[in-house]
Amino acid sequence: MPAVKGDGMRGLAVFISDIRNCKSREAEIKRINKELANIRSKFKGDKTLDGYQKKKYVCKLLFIFLLGHDIDFGHMEAVNLLSSNKYTEKQIGYLFISVLVSASSDLMKLVVQSIKNDIVSRNPVHVCLALQCIANIGSRDMAEAFNRDIPKLLVSGDTIDSVKQSAALCLLRLLRTAPDLIQLGEWASRVIHLLNDQHMGVVTAAASLIEALVKRSPEEYKGCVSLAVSRLSRIVTSSYTDLQDYTYYFVPAPWLSVKLLRLLQNYPPPEDPAVRTRLTECLETILNKAQEPPKSKKVQHSNAKNAVLFEAINLIIHMDSDPNLLVRACNQLGQFLSHRETNLRYLALESMCLLATSEFSHEAVKKHQETVINALKTERDVSVRQRAVDLLYAMCDRTNAEDIVAEMLTYLETADYSIREEMVLKVAILAEKYAVDYTWYVDTILNLIRLAGDYVSEEVWYRVIQIVINRDDVQGYAAKTVFEALQAPACHENMVKVGGYILGEFGNLIAGDHRSSPIVQFQLLHSKYHLCIPSTRGLLLSTYVKFINLFPEIKAQIQEILRNDNNIRNPDVEIQQRAIEYLQLTSVTSTDVLATVLEEMPPFPERESSILAKLKKKKPGAAEDPDAAGGKSSPPTVASKPMPEISVNASYQPQGASGGSADLLGLSSSAPPAAAPASNDTGCLVDVFDMLGTGASPTSNGLTAAADENYKSATTPDLEAGPDKIHEFVCRNNGVIFENDLLQIGIKSEYKQNLGRVGMFYGNKTSVPFSNFTAEVSLPGELSSQLMAQAKPVDSQVEAGAQKQQLVNIECVTDFTVPPVLVINFLYNGAQQHMTVKMPVMVNKFLEPAEMDAATFFQRWKNLSAPAQECQKIFKAKPPMDGEQTKSKLLCFGLSILEDVDPNPENFVSAGVLHTRNQQIGVLLRLEPNSQAQMYRLTIRASKDAISTTLCELLESQF
Amino acid sequence: MQFMLLFSRQGKLRLQKWYTAQPDKLKKKITRELVTTILARKPKMCSFLEWKDMKIVYKRYASLYFCCAIEHDDNELLTLEIIHRYVELLDKYFGSVCELDIIFNFEKAYFMLDELLLGGEVQETSKKNVLKAIAAQDLLQEETDDTKSLLEELGLTG
Repeated sequence: MPAVKGDGMRGLAVFISDIRNCKSREAEIKRINKELANIRSKFKGDKTLDGYQKKKYVCKLLFIFLLGHDIDFGHMEAVNLLSSNKYTEKQIGYLFISVLVSASSDLMKLVVQSIKNDIVSRNPVHVCLALQCIANIGSRDMAEAFNRDIPKLLVSGDTIDSVKQSAALCLLRLLRTAPDLIQLGEWASRVIHLLNDQHMGVVTAAASLIEALVKRSPEEYKGCVSLAVSRLSRIVTSSYTDLQDYTYYFVPAPWLSVKLLRLLQNYPPPEDPAVRTRLTECLETILNKAQEPPKSKKVQHSNAKNAVLFEAINLIIHMDSDPNLLVRACNQLGQFLSHRETNLRYLALESMCLLATSEFSHEAVKKHQETVINALKTERDVSVRQRAVDLLYAMCDRTNAEDIVAEMLTYLETADYSIREEMVLKVAILAEKYAVDYTWYVDTILNLIRLAGDYVSEEVWYRVIQIVINRDDVQGYAAKTVFEALQAPACHENMVKVGGYILGEFGNLIAGDHRSSPIVQFQLLHSKYHLCIPSTRGLLLSTYVKFINLFPEIKAQIQEILRNDNNIRNPDVEIQQRAIEYLQLTSVTSTDVLATVLEEMPPFPERESSILAKLKKKKPGAAEDPDAAGGKSSPPTVASKPMPEISVNASYQPQGASGGSADLLGLSSSAPPAAAPASNDTGCLVDVFDMLGTGASPTSNGLTAAADENYKSATTPDLEAGPDKIHEFVCRNNGVIFENDLLQIGIKSEYKQNLGRVGMFYGNKTSVPFSNFTAEVSLPGELSSQLMAQAKPVDSQVEAGAQKQQLVNIECVTDFTVPPVLVINFLYNGAQQHMTVKMPVMVNKFLEPAEMDAATFFQRWKNLSAPAQECQKIFKAKPPMDGEQTKSKLLCFGLSILEDVDPNPENFVSAGVLHTRNQQIGVLLRLEPNSQAQMYRLTIRASKDAISTTLCELLESQF
Repeated sequence: MQFMLLFSRQGKLRLQKWYTAQPDKLKKKITRELVTTILARKPKMCSFLEWKDMKIVYKRYASLYFCCAIEHDDNELLTLEIIHRYVELLDKYFGSVCELDIIFNFEKAYFMLDELLLGGEVQETSKKNVLKAIAAQDLLQEETDDTKSLLEELGLTG
């Protein structure tokens, strides 16, 4: 038995020895049960136990628990120990409680009471014990009980250093548990100034707390930036002897350095030039030190030094503003890529992934392509190879895509099973994104299926079909290639699916060659038929019926297959139904009808790649669209030609929808049904005008009711509606947007997701008719690519006192900042009139409210912490503050009102989704009114950069 | 940091410290799976791995594995050095520490960890200061023990 340190509990040591001497698991359990019975009887017995005995038994229970057994008694005795005046008994009591008592236990009230006594003790060791217990349990009750005492301890001048350290971290823990309960108020600045404290341990602990506070309210703690920079500067320029015991293996204060560097990653580069220069100097010094010879051969030295270096590189990447630093960082990481330490290679690959997304360093990263590919081939640890795959994905662009994709395909053959699926997704995305030549894309995906068919998810093969259908330049090639691929004796099922689908659509393009004549194609496909699962067979049956349309000469053979009992009486209802229906269809209908029903599939609407969505789901964060941050090239569009009006393939579509190949393109959930818009349009159109009570024909007289309402207020005689005017429509969809002596323009609009239907009303206020009347929507500058607007023509004659209507269909392609402009021309009394009016179509019109609970809200809020994702504005209330009005404004703005999220009932918390054609953007909002100061603080975070600013500006104008 | 585990090469858990509230069942599940994962790794492999949605940093010292789950923005290399500092502290306190010391003095191992890390964050990195705090605790124990025996001698306790 080894020596027992401190005050030994002999009984405990004997018990532990006994347990260790047990020869079997059964013997151990027997011994434990015996001990449990003994302790239970001691606790229950009438003889009062003294503190030492209680402590010993509680400790034994703890040991039994740590062995993995459940403990269901002794809690009360442990709580009793807390009030002992002997330190060791108290300490064991606290230990038991922090390990074994759950925060929800009924005993917590007693525990909190004991802590209350200890935290005001004059003995600092007792205070520390109490603080440690709070930090270990960190329950909401504790936050409630101590949210005043702990901040006080932290900033008080009387508190000794070790207590301050514990208080800082204790507060941090409570802040994480119950952010709403921890408010530092006027102490914020004193907390920030702890960064200047003499005691390095205090600064280290405080830096952690400050980082958490900063994450919550960056603006309030902005003062920490300059303090952190100067503290960091003092550390990196000090010699290792200066900091005594805070130097770790010749590295001055690595923990504090890393914390400060991390703290600074919560802010953009410092605005103050002096601070900024000083920070740049720090970062340069850290990079320089990396080149110096090591002061020790110990791994601890290099780890600590490199920990600081990596964190500095993270900050450099975060600031993303100094090309010189970025390139130096990249070169440094390049050295690590071939370092003998596996850990460093791993971290270098990981950091380089981030560097690859910066436009300044993207090229520098690309220089290391060979090394990274080599890592993929030679690293012995799969987690390192995984990092190499990530980096290749991140560094890929149009210039190196072919090489990188080829290397990834080669590696795929031998890759670990654990990363194959992800690799397949990555290859598929890169191939699509950077394809210049779509034959290369088709080859790549077919190779993927050949090499790793089992890991090719549905999204991948759906996508290749979508692309082939949308690009007529690659269809012939695709048909030829799948035909060749299907020649292999053993084909992956996914290959059969892709092959079947493509030949069914485009088999005619290769039918001229006798080697791939219709009957050969058919026989080839049918040779795989019996090996396939029912859903694939269903797909092949659809291919066959399409063949009947494409190649009438093989109709008889195909009908024979359909008629075969294996199909027409197949126990699988899907196969049976298809066989029967296809047989019937091809028997009774004329060729014309058949040709219409089985027409080539129409192009798919453009959409975000479902593969990318899948990768994002698999690895949130890690799967960033390589373009998103680098801004190197715009993603290739799937359909480069303008989308033709989609004609519904009436019977092909619904039969597909009954199952099996219904999911073939997996579109129904993520995109509007291809055929819907045309018919829906009219439905809504009627609604808009029905509300006006006028039907679809122009009203003969006067203005709409909605327009009337604003008739009086709209007195501006200017031709151009002022900027304020348009702001009236941020939260409103209907009303008069413009009026002068001649003309009144009213609007009535409806929005759904990324689509809008806007009815414009032009009222002639004069007694003379307007002729040559035109109204066109103009999308100036960038807007032309951000918004699609299609205005129906309007009657060229507007009678005196009459009103004409015009329907404008709008689609939000991506987010935008300026509204479209309406250009109006007409002749009045022979004089040409020209006016331009801003249309009140703002990005918030495409917002839809989202509901979520508090936990989800805070989680998402936390995730959107990058500076560009957030916008905060503090401004004076213009109209008087009114909670109900604020609510309705937020609702009309397009957001939800989330109740019970913010503990302060005065505050508003909202969420919404901004719908654009290309993506959906999450938007979160917090609005904090301060009725005393008559000010608002508005914070918006959005999952896409810059949107929060646009929305903030729009909303600010409303208060 | 989310938690720290110490376990032996045989997979026996020697110390566990959780910095986020988790149900016991989940703790047991995580421990079991993580221990198996790490024991299966070869010696020269990387000390960091992505496991579930956690970042794991581990290192083996003699027969004991020290394993931490950290946040995504935590520094991996420095986590290795937290482990090392903890080992140094144990070593200094017990005098070339071995697994048995930690088994028999598990409460001390906990107290020492509480001085080094609090709520999952580094509290005190100075070896001297931590050892001083622990020595002060031991002193308090001895004092109270002394008083006890003195009182006993005087026949003042029942």
